[in-house]
Amino acid sequence: MEGVDGSNSGTKAMIRLENLTKTFPGQTEPAVEDLSMEIYEGEIVVFVGPSGCGKTTTMKMINRIIEPSGGRIFLNDEDVTTTNSDKLRRRIGYVIQQIGLFPHMTIADNIATVPKMLGWDKKRISERTDELLETVGMDRSYRDRYPKELSGGQRQRVGVARAMAADPPIMLMDEPFGAVDPITRERLQDEFLRLQEEIKKTIVFVTHDIDEAIKMGDRIAILREKSVIAQYDTPERILTDPADEYVENFIGAGASLKRLSLSKVRDIKTSEWPVARLTDSPDEVKELLRKSGKDYVLLLDEDRKPKRWVGLEELELNGVPLRNAGWPAVAIVEGKSSLYETLDTMITSYKGSAIVVDDRGRYESIVDFGTVLQAIEEMRPEENRVGGGA
Amino acid sequence: MNSMGFFEYLASRWDDLLELSIEHAQVVLISLLVATAIGVTLGVLTYRRPAAAQAVLAVASAILTVPSFALFGLLIPILGLGYTPTVVALSCYAVLSILRNTITGLQSVDPAVTESAKGMGLSDWQQLFKIEMPLAWPVIIAGIRVSALLILGIAAIAAYVNGPGLGGDIFSGLSRIGGANSLNLVLGGFLGIIVLALVFEVLFALLGRLTTSRGLN
Repeated sequence: MEGVDGSNSGTKAMIRLENLTKTFPGQTEPAVEDLSMEIYEGEIVVFVGPSGCGKTTTMKMINRIIEPSGGRIFLNDEDVTTTNSDKLRRRIGYVIQQIGLFPHMTIADNIATVPKMLGWDKKRISERTDELLETVGMDRSYRDRYPKELSGGQRQRVGVARAMAADPPIMLMDEPFGAVDPITRERLQDEFLRLQEEIKKTIVFVTHDIDEAIKMGDRIAILREKSVIAQYDTPERILTDPADEYVENFIGAGASLKRLSLSKVRDIKTSEWPVARLTDSPDEVKELLRKSGKDYVLLLDEDRKPKRWVGLEELELNGVPLRNAGWPAVAIVEGKSSLYETLDTMITSYKGSAIVVDDRGRYESIVDFGTVLQAIEEMRPEENRVGGGA
Repeated sequence: MNSMGFFEYLASRWDDLLELSIEHAQVVLISLLVATAIGVTLGVLTYRRPAAAQAVLAVASAILTVPSFALFGLLIPILGLGYTPTVVALSCYAVLSILRNTITGLQSVDPAVTESAKGMGLSDWQQLFKIEMPLAWPVIIAGIRVSALLILGIAAIAAYVNGPGLGGDIFSGLSRIGGANSLNLVLGGFLGIIVLALVFEVLFALLGRLTTSRGLN
């Protein structure tokens, strides 16, 4: 398959599209032309492209809301191109931008739609409904409410819960977070990514927003006109090694900065830095500083939380306790922060470096500009590296 | 020629009037049932095909323009007199607004709702009965209500073909106007129809509320 590297050799294709084509009645040009691709089990694959490129049409052919004019669709190696479409759809979760909750049914009845069709017994449906409401972070008291009584974000959550009701292995999501405000959208995205960690569904996600694609996708398919794949790869590779000018243009300005949001500070090599305790004597600290060859020492408290930066000058001032010497230690990031956030923090700090701590605020390491620049350099494909000896 | 006062008249004949009113209501209800069956069926069959929907609406509208006297008269050679031509004629008049509201109601269901229903694997029939009909129902029942009022009045004309109901009184009163109690006969018939109209309104409002999901109000 185009652009797919060997990193997924152990994973199996959950969805396979073969030469998929759609020409709408009355049109001469196909909306989707001869598309072939594999989507791997447990991954979020994002279709992204300009409006009218056929990404939604492609997605809707997977559950045959739109019947393909040519080509084949395989789910788990089973050819579903001509099977009973209603039965097929019950196996695939479906979330659209407008959500489309049934306004005349309660939240519980909305969620129970597919399980009821599949003939689950009442007790099982009821338990599943409670479980799903909890999963999407809603109180059980919402069971008997109606969609009109919910906020946009809550409806979206119910939409996702409803799509997951019968635990389908595959979910199709068409701009699922497109209709909510930016703050809610970000929260829903984060929640969904956390949820996906647990449920590990195979998800096809359509968006026109490259930033959402980078955030949500394990793999991104950048599509051009007629749903032709421009590049199908991990977000990291798309950002660092765009296949052509079209992809570059689509990613837009700031690709390198976007790339930084995909790496965690914990994963890059951090530099050695002298650290001392607040309880150490100034002379010990001076000695440490001299040996390290750096200008400043980081002082930690008894819980190993970073407290102060001190330089030689401050240590020379006799009588000032270490507790008050130098500057307070600011510019602290957690190890799980992205390089983007780290760099942002660094720029605002006066030493051009950031302190990395663990989730309980204990010192882990120091990163500075040099380290980040080196990490960026290493992200580039080898042939493009500046000093890579290519 | 000493005619009774209207209230005196009512007091002496209220049991007859009640019986006639019940007959009147009955023939209207039966006609409504027939018209609902026809209107909803035609609506369901045509709402996804604009040309077909236009065609059936045009026919139903054309029927409504036929004067009721003429229609009743036309039916005599085919169906004779009495109950049958009354029900047939009233049903014809009642179809239009039920049909129109069925089509409008079904067409105005949010496309996102039908798409998500389809996407979840509801069959065409399940979509119609579980999703589209319940959502269109408040509009459909409003159509039935309008038809009910319309044919409550027209039903009086059915006396012309010997139909049941309050029309008989009105006709016989009008035919010998000036005679003893003739005005009372007419007014009694009118009053019966007005009371029936009010009763129907209340019942339909109640029925609408009982059969419409709380989520739609």
